[in-house]
Amino acid sequence: MLSRRIIPCLDVRDGQVVKGVRFRDHVVMGEVVDLALRYRDQGADELVFYDITASPEGRSVDRGWVKRVARVIDIPFCVAGGIRSVDEARAVLYAGADKISVNSPALERPELIDELAAAFGVQCVVVGIDSLADADGEWRVRQYSGDPSRTRALPRRTMDWIVEAQQRGAGEIVLNCMGSDGVRAGYDLSQLVEARGMCQVPLIASGGAGAMEHFRPVFAEADVDGALAASVFHSGAIAIPELKHYLDVQGVAVRL
Amino acid sequence: MSVVLVDAGGTNIGSVRYALQRLGVEASLTADPATIRAADKVILPGVGAAGPGMARLHQLGLVDLMRSLTQPVLGVCLGMQLLCAHSEEGDTECLGLIPAPVRHFPRDAGLPVPHMGWNRLQVERAHPLLAGLSGGEQAYFVHSYAVPLGDYSLATTDYGGPFSAVIARDNFHGMQFHPERSAAVGARLLKNFLDL
Repeated sequence: MLSRRIIPCLDVRDGQVVKGVRFRDHVVMGEVVDLALRYRDQGADELVFYDITASPEGRSVDRGWVKRVARVIDIPFCVAGGIRSVDEARAVLYAGADKISVNSPALERPELIDELAAAFGVQCVVVGIDSLADADGEWRVRQYSGDPSRTRALPRRTMDWIVEAQQRGAGEIVLNCMGSDGVRAGYDLSQLVEARGMCQVPLIASGGAGAMEHFRPVFAEADVDGALAASVFHSGAIAIPELKHYLDVQGVAVRL
Repeated sequence: MSVVLVDAGGTNIGSVRYALQRLGVEASLTADPATIRAADKVILPGVGAAGPGMARLHQLGLVDLMRSLTQPVLGVCLGMQLLCAHSEEGDTECLGLIPAPVRHFPRDAGLPVPHMGWNRLQVERAHPLLAGLSGGEQAYFVHSYAVPLGDYSLATTDYGGPFSAVIARDNFHGMQFHPERSAAVGARLLKNFLDL
C-alpha cells in the first residue's frame, strides 16, 4: 500500500533557510544542506524548498544550493518559487531536483504547465494553488500570495483550476488553503475533500497543521496523498518520528 | 571498477550519479559505445517518456550495443521499462532484453496516477540484487506505466494490484522505483548491483 507522505516545506533565500513573514523580517535558520539532512534523518518522506530569493531585474536566481542538496540527500525533493520557463525548470531539474512546482507563473500563462509536462513528463510537474473562500462561499485562486502587498484575488474558481491544471499536465497538485494557513487549527477538510473529488493525480494538503491530531483526518477523511507543513516542524512543535508513530497507530499507512 | 551511466537524456542522471558517489563510486556519464562496452557495470537511468527515450538510444546508435552487453546492466525507472519488450506509452518498441510488456495503470481504478510516493517491496524470488532485504521495505516510486508480474519479477509492489518493482533476466536488471531517492533501502540496492 502506498504510504501517505509527510512533507516539510523550507523557505530558502539566497541559499539559506529562513523563517519569518515572507519578504520581510527573515531570520536565518541555517544552511539548506544541514536542514535538509536533519529532516531526512527525522524521516521526512520528501522535502519542498520554496525559493523566495527576489529575482534581480533581468537576472536569474542563483540556485547552486539545489546541486548541493542533491548531492547529499537521498529522498525526493521539489523546488518551488520563481520558475517561469522551461529553461529555468531544466536548470533546477538537471541540478538534481526531482520535481518543480509552479504557482503564480502558471496563472499568468497556463501554457507553462503544458510546456513543462511536454519537456520533462508530468511526474516532474507540480502545480501549487493558493485558495481562499470568498464572501459568496466559493473557493477562488489567489496569485502572488508570497507577497501580501501584491496578492491578487482572481475570478478563477479553485476547483476549475485544479481540473485545468491536470488537463494541461500537472502530475501533482499542492492545495494551499489560505484560510487555514498559519492558524494551526487543522487542515481545511471540506475544501480538500472537494478537491480530492476533482483530482486524479496525487493531491498534497497545505495550510493549517497545528497538532498531530490534524494529520489523521487529512489522510483518513480528505484522502490526500501527502501533507505539507512548515512552522510546526521548524518550531519542534511536532517531531516527525512521533507523528509517524501516531499515524501508524491510527491506522494510516506511513513509512516508519 | 568502472561504472557508466548511459546518457539517454533523463533528468535524474545527476541524482543517480550522486547516489553512486555516496557509495564511493565515481560513475562516468557517457554515450560512447566503446566506453559503455568496456565498463564493468552499466546503468541506464531515465525520467521521461518511452518514445523519446528509445528515439534517443536509436539516435546515439546504442540500441544494438545495449542488446549485446554481457556485464551487469541496471535500468532505473524509465530505464527499466526501456529494457522491456514493448511499452504502451507512445506504442514504443523497446530493447526487448526482458520479455515483459509495459502498461499504463488502470485509469478507472480510482487511484491517483502517477503512482507517486513510498511503497512496500515484496520479495518474490531470492536474488543477489535483493540481498539484505527482508520484504516490507519501502522505496520511492514515480511512474504512470508499470510492468505486470512474470517470471522475471524479483520483487513486487501493490498499487491497485501487484506490479513488478524489480525485474531481472540474465545480466539485465531493472528497478521501477528510484533507488537514488529511496534512502537507506535504495543505497543498499545500488550497492548490491555494484557487487554483482
